[in-house]
Amino acid sequence: MARTALQDVLLTLVVSALLIWIMPMLIGTYTLTVLVIYGMLGLSLGLIWGFGGILCFGQAAFFGLGAYTYAIAAINIGESTLPMLLAVLVPAIFAALLGAMMFYGRLTDVYLGVITLVVTLILFKFVNSTAGPQYVIGKARLGGFNGIPGFQTLNVPGDPGAYIWGDPYYYVCAVALVIVFLLVTWLLRSSFGRIALGIRENEVRMGLMGYDVAARKTVMFAIGAAIAGLAGALFANWGEIVTPSLFSLGQSAEIIIWCIVGGLGTRIGPIIGAAGLAYLKFLLGQQSLIDNTLITGLILVLFVLFLPKGLAPAIAALFRAVFGRTRRKPDARRMRRARHG
Amino acid sequence: MAETVLETQGLTMRFGGVTASDNVNFKLKARELRCLIGPNGAGKSTFFKCVTGLLTPTEGHVFMRGQEVTGWHPHQIASLGVGIKTQTPNVLDALSVRENIWLAARRFHPVSEARDRSDEMIDRLALGSIARSSLGQLAHGERQRVELGLVAVADPWLVLLDEPAAGMSAQDVERMTAIIHDLTKTAAVVIVEHDMQFIRSIADTVTVFHQGAVLMEDHVDRVMSDAQVRAVYLGKKT
Repeated sequence: MARTALQDVLLTLVVSALLIWIMPMLIGTYTLTVLVIYGMLGLSLGLIWGFGGILCFGQAAFFGLGAYTYAIAAINIGESTLPMLLAVLVPAIFAALLGAMMFYGRLTDVYLGVITLVVTLILFKFVNSTAGPQYVIGKARLGGFNGIPGFQTLNVPGDPGAYIWGDPYYYVCAVALVIVFLLVTWLLRSSFGRIALGIRENEVRMGLMGYDVAARKTVMFAIGAAIAGLAGALFANWGEIVTPSLFSLGQSAEIIIWCIVGGLGTRIGPIIGAAGLAYLKFLLGQQSLIDNTLITGLILVLFVLFLPKGLAPAIAALFRAVFGRTRRKPDARRMRRARHG
Repeated sequence: MAETVLETQGLTMRFGGVTASDNVNFKLKARELRCLIGPNGAGKSTFFKCVTGLLTPTEGHVFMRGQEVTGWHPHQIASLGVGIKTQTPNVLDALSVRENIWLAARRFHPVSEARDRSDEMIDRLALGSIARSSLGQLAHGERQRVELGLVAVADPWLVLLDEPAAGMSAQDVERMTAIIHDLTKTAAVVIVEHDMQFIRSIADTVTVFHQGAVLMEDHVDRVMSDAQVRAVYLGKKT
């Protein structure tokens, strides 16, 4: 570990404070809010895939589940605090059950991908088909392809009349992302995180050391889903409507692309990838010359070919090259020579 | 008389029509060093995998310190205090030597104690100069040594090693032998091995496998001079 925990936290706080302050001058807060939310969604997959070795093709399922949970709970409760908590818990519990089934069933990566993909599809199809009046949870109609509009949006806890929207909502989302980022940092520095990294590297070895790999992967999967659920709830508040497209395969695929482009195995990479690509999509959406999915696809191909490790590691390497922090490499080489000669 | 730490009763493993392990009865005492030998396909590795939980035997029972562990998962068996090294190196390639050993120590000890123990193990195995290198960059012998280190750091009372000397230089094997002798002070050790040279240098009692079953079990010198064993190894008819 290159930096101590304290340095890491301070660096995070300083950089994020600067970004939260500067970014609204460049991009409107309404757009910025959704970029922050996507950043959190990217981080959720970046955590379980990049550090836990779990490639989930259905991260959008947890995102959508969080958004729907929030919308349904908010309509029934009429205050946003408990719905926010539920929006984190429901996807986490759902993921824990699904994960336990997959990991205790010793499924390999390919089947894991297929199952998470299919679960997303099932949710998408199901929610899409709930337009009829018989699909009601409490006071909330599921609304099928029309989605659920008109739910109570985020308010100051305890005061349903005091809505948080516009600029303040941007700050709420940005701070939430910073808190989640710090929690992820803490998790990765803890024994649990280091063991998770070991499991990513070699499940058999970790099992032979006596670690219950299935249990740990299930927990990791649930944590990722909780973060995605929180992002979903924030997204629901931002859009003030939830629709089945949240569960779409396109959304799931996009999250994976964010992670690859941003840099897998880094904390910041998936956030940068998510915000950057989402902003690009937003810009491309303003013109009609080229279809924006083509551009996203092209970017993915270019990254896989030329920057397979992603943006964040590439920038870090460039930074090191420019500022001459190359102490490590020559050191290692000298050591090897010394040992062999 | 020393306690029996590992025992199998009528252990049989079939893969379709092939009986890879055939009614193996095996007993190991505490702090004993035992080598399992036999020609290719004799069922050594299958036996090893059944004992470590990597395979569930078709029939028969496995006991460790009197407790039945048949059908347990490897992580449950390892949690008892059993150190396992598989035939192919199983290490954490992207992580450093220190992190590899720390993770093994962490399973049974709190964070700071795990750090102290892994530092100690790194010193003992003379891995200090490469402690920060990731396992993927290391030579085969070094990887084997690290893997032995992460088995040893957990303070096991039973160690199961599948071909620890495979592909190693003479110097590495020598070092490996020393480490294994060190282990036998506190643990019973089972070694599955091909390398006769290595077995001569380390073994006391040897169990010979042939066609899935135990052919004989005796002191290494008597085993080596046994006509039947030689025939099995050289593929002659007896």
